[in-house]
Parts: sequence; C-alpha cells; structure tokens
Amino acid sequence: MPQQYLNKGNKPTKSGFGEGLLEAGRLNPEVFCIGADITASVDCNLFAEAFPQRFISLGIAEQNCVGVAAGLALEGKIPVFSTYGVFAALRSADQIRISVCYNNLHVIIGGAHAGVSVGPDGATHQALEDIGIMRVLPNMTVLSPCDATQTSLAIVAAIEQCRGPVYLRFGREAMPDFTSAAMGFEIGKAQVLRTGNDVSIIATGHMVWEALLAAEILAAVGIDARVINMHTIKPIDRETIIRAATETRAIVTAEEHQVNTGLGSAVAEVAVQHHPVPMAFVGMPDCFGESGPPLKLMEKYGLTAEAIAEKAKKMVKW
Amino acid sequence: MHPWQTEDTGALRHIAATIRKSVVTSLAEAGSGHLGGSLGLADIFTVLYFSKLNHHPDDPAWPGRDRLILSIGHVAPVLYATLAHSGYFPVEELLTLRKMGSRLQGHPGRDHGLPGLELSAGSLGQGLSVSVGMALAAKYDRKNHRIFSIHGDGELQEGSIWEAAMAASHHHLDNLVAIVDRNGLQIDGKTEDVMGLEPLGNKWQSFGWHVIECDGNDIGQIAGAIDAACLVSGKPAVIIARTVMGKGIVRIENDYRWHGKVPSREEAVEFIKEIEYRILNTEF
Ligand SMILES: [Mg+2]
Repeated sequence: MPQQYLNKGNKPTKSGFGEGLLEAGRLNPEVFCIGADITASVDCNLFAEAFPQRFISLGIAEQNCVGVAAGLALEGKIPVFSTYGVFAALRSADQIRISVCYNNLHVIIGGAHAGVSVGPDGATHQALEDIGIMRVLPNMTVLSPCDATQTSLAIVAAIEQCRGPVYLRFGREAMPDFTSAAMGFEIGKAQVLRTGNDVSIIATGHMVWEALLAAEILAAVGIDARVINMHTIKPIDRETIIRAATETRAIVTAEEHQVNTGLGSAVAEVAVQHHPVPMAFVGMPDCFGESGPPLKLMEKYGLTAEAIAEKAKKMVKW
Repeated sequence: MHPWQTEDTGALRHIAATIRKSVVTSLAEAGSGHLGGSLGLADIFTVLYFSKLNHHPDDPAWPGRDRLILSIGHVAPVLYATLAHSGYFPVEELLTLRKMGSRLQGHPGRDHGLPGLELSAGSLGQGLSVSVGMALAAKYDRKNHRIFSIHGDGELQEGSIWEAAMAASHHHLDNLVAIVDRNGLQIDGKTEDVMGLEPLGNKWQSFGWHVIECDGNDIGQIAGAIDAACLVSGKPAVIIARTVMGKGIVRIENDYRWHGKVPSREEAVEFIKEIEYRILNTEF
C-alpha cells in the first residue's frame, strides 16, 4: 500500500457527511437541513443541534421533503435533504426530476445507506440503484466519495462549488478512512491514487479502498495497476477515463451498486466512444442484496479486492 | 393595491373576459392543450393579478412580490394570458403557445425564460410542497409576502399533497394560501366517481387548515375569500373555489371532455363572440 493511503482507522462515510454538513453550516448561513425522521441515523443531528433554526423537521414524507427543498432553494437557501438512498432516489424521483432538476435548483440530496455493506437491514434498505437513477437526470451532479474524510469535503464542495442539484451518496458501515483533507476535492476531477500501465481500476465509494488492495495483489504477480478514485459519477471525468483507456490495456470498474447503469456503465459510455478497450465490471449482478454482516455480504457478491484482482488478471491476459 | 389594480367588480369582469378570449385564441392557435380548466380559473387569476397580488410586472423578480405557484401546470394558458395582460410580456406572444422555441411551454418551464413564472411544473401533486418551502423561507427571513398555491381538485388525489398539507399546518404557515379549483371534474369524469374527495372541507380542516369556500366564478366572492384568507393567523388557509369547467362558453361548460381539448379555428371565433356577447350583457 502506498504510504500516503494508510488506513487511519475505520469510520463510516456518513460520519464524514455529518461533520462536513456542520462545517458547511458554520461557513454559510444559507445552508438549511431537512429531516425525515432518521436525522441521527444519517448524521444530520450535529447540524440540527448547532443550528436549530435552520433545521426543518418534515417527518416520514420524502416526496414533500424534496418539494420543500425546491421551495427553499427558489428563495436562495441551500437545502440539504438527507435520508436513505433507497427512499431519496426512488420514492421521490419524480419530485427530484421536476421540482429540483427541471427547475435547476441548488438542492443537495444525501443518499445514505449505499450498497450491501448496510448489512443486517437487508435488501429494502440497501441502495443499489441510486447512481443509475440520479445520473440520468439532466442538470444533476452525482458524487460518491471514497471515505469519511472525503465525504466531509464532498458535502462542503456540493454546497460551495455547485449551483444546481447534487446527489451525494455515502454508506453506513465503518470502513477504512485513508485519504487526507490535503488531497482536496474537485467536483468532476477524478483522483489517480496509484499510477500503473497494465490495467486501470476505476472505483467509487467503498470500493476505492478495495481497488488499492487489489493493486497490491496484482503487484505481487507483476501486474502494474492504475487506481482511479471516480468520486464524481456526473459530470464524469472523461479525460482521465480516456487516458486510462489509451495508456493501459484494460479497465476494471468497481462499485457497490448495480453494474447496470452504475459507474461501470458511465465509464464504458466514455471509453467506447473514444478508445474502446477490454472492460470488466465489479458490482451487483442485477440482483437484490440480503441480510448479513457487511463484509460477508461484500464477499458473497464479489465486492472485494480479490474479485477485482481476478478480473484484472483475466483482462490483462486477454 | 397598486394604482393599475382595481377592486371594481365590473372592471375585473371585463379583464376576465379578455383573458378568456386570449385563452381561447392561444389554444386554437396551438392546436392542443387544456381549455376547460383554463376558462374555469380565469376569474380567480384576474382577481389575484389585477387586484390582490402585490407584484410589479416591470420588475418580475422583485423580492417583495407575492408568489404565485401553479401546481397544475396544464392550465398554463390562463397563467400565460394573465401574465401577458398584466404586462409581463407582449400579448402577441400568446400565439406562440406550445410552439417550438416558445417561452410558453405546454407546461410551464422556467428554463425558457418567461418573466413572471415562478416554477416549472406539470407533474401533479408537487406544487404545494414547493409553496411550503417558500413559505418557510419567508418566515425565516421575516418577510411579509404571501405564497398563493393553485391546485386542481383531481390533483388532491395525489398523496404528496397531504404530506405538504400536514407540513404547512405543523409549521404554522399563515403566509400560505392554497386555492383549490373545485370544478368537480377530472379527465376520466366526475371526481366523486373517479375517486371521491368529499367531505373536502373537513379533510383540510382536520389537517389543521382554515377553510374558506366560495363561488370561484364570482369576482366579489373570490376577492372576499382572498381577503379572509389573508387575515388568518397561526395556520395556513385554503380556499375551496367552486368553479365551472369551461366557464363562459355554454356548450362546453361542465363537460369533462373539454379538459384536454382545444377549439378549432371556427369554434374559436364562435367562442370569442359568445364571450363578448355575454360581457356586453353583463352575464358574467
Ligand atoms: Mg378538476
């Protein structure tokens, strides 16, 4: 593992979201937060306690939450509405499409509980389709940071760098926190965490850490893997993808999301138009998750460093 | 009230007739769209824009303006005609309705830059939530403008409306006035046959709203209802305005088949004659 990406200790990305939101609330008096009953579960309680006047409780009514956010944004506020990604992206998809995206309003939607690593709650609460649904909406920016430190930077960036709608995805389970704030966070600019010229691993969210581990496995057998943290799914960093396609022999994508419509599809859409290259996809194979310990579930569905390394080996031989 | 606005019911009736004529003309020219609801709402839009709303057509984004949120985007023709006759844009532009490149989209779209348009909308059941957000922002900023939110009765079958209704009273939004176009009709027929809404007033009341009912085609009653709604404190107010779909043209009145239909050019000429005849004979 390159020295600069050592795990500082496991931490849920949602903690980063909560800390970043608190910071953003301090920096910008126009930031509002909308609660849909699971305020503490999505770590918005820090903001709610610090800025009770700017916290609006709306109960278990996601469609209304999104519409209210649109109304606040029309009046110049910067509303952040966070709930589980399955509810945010799916139940209120029409409100997001029309009231937020068609009106092109600066509303930030936090999609918590991303991926099977949600664990025991099971399939109903594991967001596996949210990237696909959010990224097809015009005007929408889709962020999927890789660890708690980066999620904290991402929410601040969503508030300070964006003008239109943003969907920000994060997880529940404590996972390696390995990036530094000094790396910064530029929306739309992927981070090459490791250079390499045999194969490129383009990963997002929790899978970025697995990609770094996969590169170690590959290095041991003489394969030089490039690791790219695609923290912005939309607008996607075409330049970095095209460079990976041109300079390495294959691309493996890795995400805790359905392979259909997810990061893999987004990367393929770019690669196939500019420099077609063999590709393999690590992600959910068009199925629902289930209850179980987070890491066991990731293992079962092939969301591990080993699975990434296996696919990468096959691609390089191909 | 601004100098160019009026409380004179006779003058307002004439303006409503003018707006009706523009609705008919623009829809006939467009060749598709929603005539019935647009005609039924002409009196309410007239009273709002020409008497009750605090707004400046020459400064559409004036921060102190009252906001009008049209949740039922399909009756855009009556909003467009009212905005044009208020001076937001040239009346001739109404003839571009629904045409390629027009600022007058089939359902309102802000991205096309039409002055006076607060919200892009057309998917039913969303506008009340947006109005709640705007009302919350006004409360937070201690501003005195009001938010008027226009809804259809069929639209109230959407569950999201009642989520928003709950939120408005929970947060004591007395700066929010919802107006329901209670014409009793929707595309499939009578609301009470498709999915009954009654007792409608009781529903709003039990959600914590102050309920006012009126004849939504009677200028005096509409004005009185809006005044009463603006006096309510501590809770939001809803005006259930009983209207006649297609109001002003006898042969299409209360005919749900005219919800999503437009007149031919020949019919339009005939409809406009009827509107003119009736206003001359003060039948409105
Ligand atoms: Mg109706």
